Amino acid sequence: MRVTYPHMGHMWICIKGMLEYLGVDVVIPPPSSKKTMQLGVKHSPEFACMPLKLNLGNFMEASQMGADTVVMAGGCGPCRFGYYAQVEHAILNDLGYQYQLVVLEPPQKHITELIGKIRYITQNRSWFKVIKGIRLGYLKASAVDKVEQRAYYSRPRELRPGATEQAVKKALAKIVAARTPEEMPAALDAALEIMNGVAVDQHRPVVRIGLVGEIFTLLEPFANMEIERKLGNMGVEVDRSIHLSEWINDHLFMGLIKNERSSKPAQEKGLAYLGHTVGGHGLETVGSTILYAEQGFDGVIQLLPFTCMPEIVAQSILPQVSSDLGIPVMTLIVDEQSGDAGMITRLEAFVDLLTMRGDTPQLKDRNFGVEECPQRMRGHTSA
Amino acid sequence: MSIKVGIPRALLYYYYHPQWVTFFRRLGVETLISQKTTRGLLDKGLKSTVDEACLPVKLAVGHVLDLRDRVDYLFLPRIVSTARKEYICPKFLGFPDMVRHTINNLPPIIDCNFNLYHKGSSSADFYFQVGKFFTRNPAKIIMAYNASKAALDKHNLDMQSDCLPQEHAAEGSADSNGINIAVIGHPYVIYDNYISMNMIKRLRDSGARVLTADHLPESVVREEAYRLPKKLFWTINQRMVGAAYHYFSREDVHGIIHVASFGCGPDSFTGELTERCARNGSNKPMLSLTVDEHTGEAGMVTRLEAFLDMVRWRRNMADAAATL
Ligand code: SF4
Ligand code: SF4
Repeated sequence: MRVTYPHMGHMWICIKGMLEYLGVDVVIPPPSSKKTMQLGVKHSPEFACMPLKLNLGNFMEASQMGADTVVMAGGCGPCRFGYYAQVEHAILNDLGYQYQLVVLEPPQKHITELIGKIRYITQNRSWFKVIKGIRLGYLKASAVDKVEQRAYYSRPRELRPGATEQAVKKALAKIVAARTPEEMPAALDAALEIMNGVAVDQHRPVVRIGLVGEIFTLLEPFANMEIERKLGNMGVEVDRSIHLSEWINDHLFMGLIKNERSSKPAQEKGLAYLGHTVGGHGLETVGSTILYAEQGFDGVIQLLPFTCMPEIVAQSILPQVSSDLGIPVMTLIVDEQSGDAGMITRLEAFVDLLTMRGDTPQLKDRNFGVEECPQRMRGHTSA
Repeated sequence: MSIKVGIPRALLYYYYHPQWVTFFRRLGVETLISQKTTRGLLDKGLKSTVDEACLPVKLAVGHVLDLRDRVDYLFLPRIVSTARKEYICPKFLGFPDMVRHTINNLPPIIDCNFNLYHKGSSSADFYFQVGKFFTRNPAKIIMAYNASKAALDKHNLDMQSDCLPQEHAAEGSADSNGINIAVIGHPYVIYDNYISMNMIKRLRDSGARVLTADHLPESVVREEAYRLPKKLFWTINQRMVGAAYHYFSREDVHGIIHVASFGCGPDSFTGELTERCARNGSNKPMLSLTVDEHTGEAGMVTRLEAFLDMVRWRRNMADAAATL
């Protein structure tokens, strides 16, 4: 059995860590690329959301590398993610791929079911070992989060351009290299030391932007066209509303581990505008925007793939939040045709707007709602 | 003067309107249904929604705008779930808030949760909450609720016996030169004469008998849908798939038309599952249409006619083969 799973940003690091610790033969698909997208688009329903298309491309590429089993998360609605595995499996079957599918559905019954499934993949390792493996995966996810957070800080302030990028690579390599939960604390220390080694100008003025939206688009640099790096290079310190450790814990480990970060506060805030959860992270998108406004961020960018249902609900509500709380919000919609150039123009215009507001206190107090803010952009990032 | 509640002629209006109207009438509340869809009404909806929303949501907003200045309350129930462990769609969960935060000068909104997701939940809870807007007398609400339930049951039976919403009641053209066409789509698409471009009427006029998911008892539809690898958690799309599977396997159905809405998330998946079923294991002709705000009537008519020609031709071939 050679196991593969779809890419979502740095998620591969924690799943690989967990499965290899348990002695599973893992095939990591090549990082998502234009080719992955083309493969996926060719065989997916036209209006499927983008993550499905990339997943499919990942599986096709991994199959060429010898993978024969897919592990992925499931769900019980209301958004499409809960049916991804089944649609993808049907498409792969019709194309003649012989994949065995293991879906980690949220525990309708009990967490033991999940552990049972993992034991199946790992050919009956002991429970104790499986739980330790899950712990390793989680430790890696939270270490990755910490590295990324350091990068948010140093990117707009770095003295030597590109220093942060290099440091991130090295730091992640340390996390990848750790093979047991026992090795993790040292690996994390080493990774953070590398990150702290980036020389920065602490006094450089930066613009602060919160990133909210659909999880896959937020976490996968190929999908968001490396928005974090692009913004960082424009002198923006970003913060992301959802982190890997949170998602892994909620969707793969079924909340088994007590997470330091939680989406609760965002959900509670969001209820003021949206009276019900809407699946995906729609409610969190609204709530996080409110939280960013309260924390004095200069602006918020919402990211979503074309046709994403929960985020369209949120998108409809954000202009009101923006106007009530006086925080500019820009929505960026990505699809398979999105291009770099269009994206950069939009980001630059938005950052200029925020800088201008920051420099002129009268502007800062003005209400930048939809009607009043001609620069507010919506629509595709495609050129 | 009695209080007037506005009900948009959109979304689940097509399934529940007899129940809603009866309930309000029994409480002594007047109801006003928005006018039938027109180009102008749709355009208003398009202008007031984000570009990315699906056509039915944009249309529903158009209907809200039609009612806005003419009623005391707007009835926009939050339809969380109409069956256990199922939803309709994320947009139904957020619809009242989408409206509230994009449209100005709205009358008060009645957006109580209709939620049968959990075991032991009942639609009575919802009607009680709604009733409380208008009366403090629980007995009155119970009576109105019971009457409304009867109205709904009757409506469901009517639909099964070919009396579809709007003026879609079959006009006794029982003979219909023997061609039966199944139309699979969201009720708020296929029964809306404007965005479906009168598809049902057109089919009937050209001599076909039209069948929809609503001609089938719920138990049949659900049973068919259980053939899916995993239970679908969207009730309406589950109905669509179940009905499609059923009609695919029925000898007396000669063709299937799948109508998807532009920008609909669930349709992108169930359309795929239905087409796969059509390709593997059935040789029944299937036509897939997507309706959007720009669909031209002429193009649709041409495709419908071509499809009907093919269905007839296949049928004649089959008849000829049978007499050989
Ligand atoms: S959150 Fe959006 S993009 Fe993700 S699966 Fe759901 S609909 Fe698709
Ligand atoms: S089911 Fe489809 S058409 Fe209906 S509201 Fe949801 S996305 Fe729109």
